[in-house]
Amino acid sequence: MLNVTVNTQKIQVPEGSTILQAARQMGVSIPTLCNLEKREAIGACRVCLVEVEGARILQAACSTPVHEGMVVRTHSAQARAARRQVVEMLLSEHDGNCPTCDRSGDCELRALAEEMGVSQVPFEGMRAKPHIDDSTPALVRDNSKCIKCRRCVTVCSEVQGVGALFPQGRGFQTVIGPAFTRDLAEVACVQCGQCAAVCPVGAIVEKSCIPQVWKAIENPHLHVVVQTAPAIRAALGECFGYEPGTRVTGKMAAALRRLGFDGVFDTNFTADLTILEEGTELLTRLKTALVDKQPVALPMFTSCSPGWINFAEFYFPQFLPNISTCKSPQQMFGAVAKSYYAQKIGRKPEEIVVVSVMPCTAKKFEAQRPEMESHGVRDVDYVLTTRELAKMIKEAGIDFRALPDEPMDAPLGLSSGAADIFANTGGVMEAALRTAYEIVTGRELPVANLHVSAIAGLAGVKEAALTITGTKPEWNFLEGVELKVAVSHGLGNTRRLLEHIKAHGSPYHFIEVMTCPGGCIGGGGQPRFTDDAVRLKRIGAIYSEDESKKMRKSHENPDVQKLYTEFLGKPLGEKSHHLLHTKYAHKAK
Amino acid sequence: MTSLPASAAPCSCACSCEPSETEMFARLDEVISEYREKPGGLIPALQTAQSVFGYLPETVIRRIAEGFGKTVSEVAGVVTFYSFFTLHPRGKYLVRVCLGTACYVRGGKDVLDAFKKKLQIEVGETTPDRQFSLEVGRCFGACGMAPVVMVNDTVYQRVKPARVGEMVNQIVAGAVVAASEKEHT
Ligand code: SF4
Ligand code: SF4
Ligand code: SF4
Ligand code: FES
Repeated sequence: MLNVTVNTQKIQVPEGSTILQAARQMGVSIPTLCNLEKREAIGACRVCLVEVEGARILQAACSTPVHEGMVVRTHSAQARAARRQVVEMLLSEHDGNCPTCDRSGDCELRALAEEMGVSQVPFEGMRAKPHIDDSTPALVRDNSKCIKCRRCVTVCSEVQGVGALFPQGRGFQTVIGPAFTRDLAEVACVQCGQCAAVCPVGAIVEKSCIPQVWKAIENPHLHVVVQTAPAIRAALGECFGYEPGTRVTGKMAAALRRLGFDGVFDTNFTADLTILEEGTELLTRLKTALVDKQPVALPMFTSCSPGWINFAEFYFPQFLPNISTCKSPQQMFGAVAKSYYAQKIGRKPEEIVVVSVMPCTAKKFEAQRPEMESHGVRDVDYVLTTRELAKMIKEAGIDFRALPDEPMDAPLGLSSGAADIFANTGGVMEAALRTAYEIVTGRELPVANLHVSAIAGLAGVKEAALTITGTKPEWNFLEGVELKVAVSHGLGNTRRLLEHIKAHGSPYHFIEVMTCPGGCIGGGGQPRFTDDAVRLKRIGAIYSEDESKKMRKSHENPDVQKLYTEFLGKPLGEKSHHLLHTKYAHKAK
Repeated sequence: MTSLPASAAPCSCACSCEPSETEMFARLDEVISEYREKPGGLIPALQTAQSVFGYLPETVIRRIAEGFGKTVSEVAGVVTFYSFFTLHPRGKYLVRVCLGTACYVRGGKDVLDAFKKKLQIEVGETTPDRQFSLEVGRCFGACGMAPVVMVNDTVYQRVKPARVGEMVNQIVAGAVVAASEKEHT
């Protein structure tokens, strides 16, 4: 332990702590910009400058380790003036108009300027050539708002293992972006939006669909339905002042109804459907391998996360045959809404508009994939992020906190607890195991409270094994088989897992991959700012949503059963094949 | 077939032949395996690659990135950070117009505009006939004679925009040693 004095207080901190950590430990806050949790400090922005006794110049708190007897003044006149100057400098290089900016509500630069009492920008600095990159359906980059903090660079390369972004050029001409000043659509970016989630300013944001959605709602000839992903209910409240981890499922349904949607439905419904299709697919693959002794791609990978699909298509084409052919729950919902539901209400598929609310920017991309349609009608028409939904609710003058709790509509609104946990890492796997185990043995998954604890939590790659015994006669080829599964989240972790499998083979039968750290609850479209503490709170909310339901297994969902008897036939049947399954293709980097 | 000299294109025989593309890429792969394990090996590898190809085209940057296990965006970022690397082939004559404070104040910007107009290129570009490249400099230490222009190793002082056209003609006529001639001597 080292003895350190911060301002007037003395404390002991572990060796290797930075000034920033020491200060935080005692409740003193120092502003930061480039610094990111769990990532090595890069000391790029200088917004955290503090005075250290005996040092010639001010030190960056985030990257300066403390030493024995160090005396730090975090808020001396000199430190405050220096930090103000840094922010003034950032503002002088920054070309933005706050009231019209996407980030006016949650901009960190704006907040810093206010905190430091910046009342004017003394000069206009040199700026790089302005360029707006709206090449992808997912994101818009505006480099004239970029303050070059490099958070996006760190996240894209270290967390996501993609590395699409890097500082190009030098000095005032520096642009943070892809090589050769390309746009994102021209490089191997997976459109996950993790860069937009960490950007402190309005330099990377989702491409908004709000105007199109208003227009559809206001068109009397269209029947506009909405689906909400499982992760939205655990995060939307944050946009209305609720603590992270507050469940707002009922208020969300009420708000959607007041926005004017003709059907308020749930992606959870098709998450349950996914489990039946994907579980059957897994069991079929296992049968092909074990009974028919035919070559078949195993382990099977989950397919619900579109950033992961992009990642595999760019970087690991050899695994494409291993990815489940199931469309994601978002796309399954669209396909079911425009066929089964359209028939039920007697409307043509063309008259139905499907709007999704997703925690994810890659979902915007997924909805536009050419193959995601049936007979020329798109499965999903518009995708809003959680943040965009919050904006619409505010724009409509709805007092979210005062809303009553309302249910979702039938017939695409009912879901099991297994569908809820699709929102977090380990959840899809757990949901699949709850159903597959019961199909094969006729008994409930033998784990406490139906939770497979080995694959829960924020460890990067997790695994579990389960020996199957007491099988039903038709499944006796699985008797005594030790089913091995793995779960990864964050594409950097996924890359490590896949490289390992490439080199050493795979002991696994089934692998769940989610693109974003923590899973969808940490998606690129969620309320800012998402750190591990927030992730854990949202995961807690999701588990309690699951536990609060009587029906906790996908195959128990009576409305999904009805969908099969009335319309689809059976899992992996001909209709399913046409509406609910898809294929993948190698994309050149 | 004779093997290529260690670090240079064109070859040292004073003829005008150039190594073939295949030879250059073979050399590039040697360079990559030579430097890839060395700490800080990226920059010397890029330097050697540039001396082989004369500049750093995208294909070369991609090959180096792959060889070093780095992303293309990172290697391109390094290349564009250092002014001694160039993504585009340079012309025979590299025109650098100083925009340091003294030159700027005394009309460097107008001189630059005159070059742009005469050569029909922007800063960082090369004329289609590969005769001229245009760049901006930051003080050549001749502020007393501002505005200053350097063409390869020749310094022009007190340049007037109106004289730029004539200057260009003189250069083509041989007033400045061309880049390739210099490397050969
Ligand atoms: S990025 Fe922030 S400071 Fe800049 S215009 Fe947007 S809200 Fe204002
Ligand atoms: S969307 Fe994801 S992959 Fe693309 S630049 Fe942003 S962080 Fe990188
Ligand atoms: S785009 Fe955003 S996160 Fe990336 S460097 Fe610029 S300001 Fe920082
Ligand atoms: S937060 Fe310390 S330098 Fe950016």
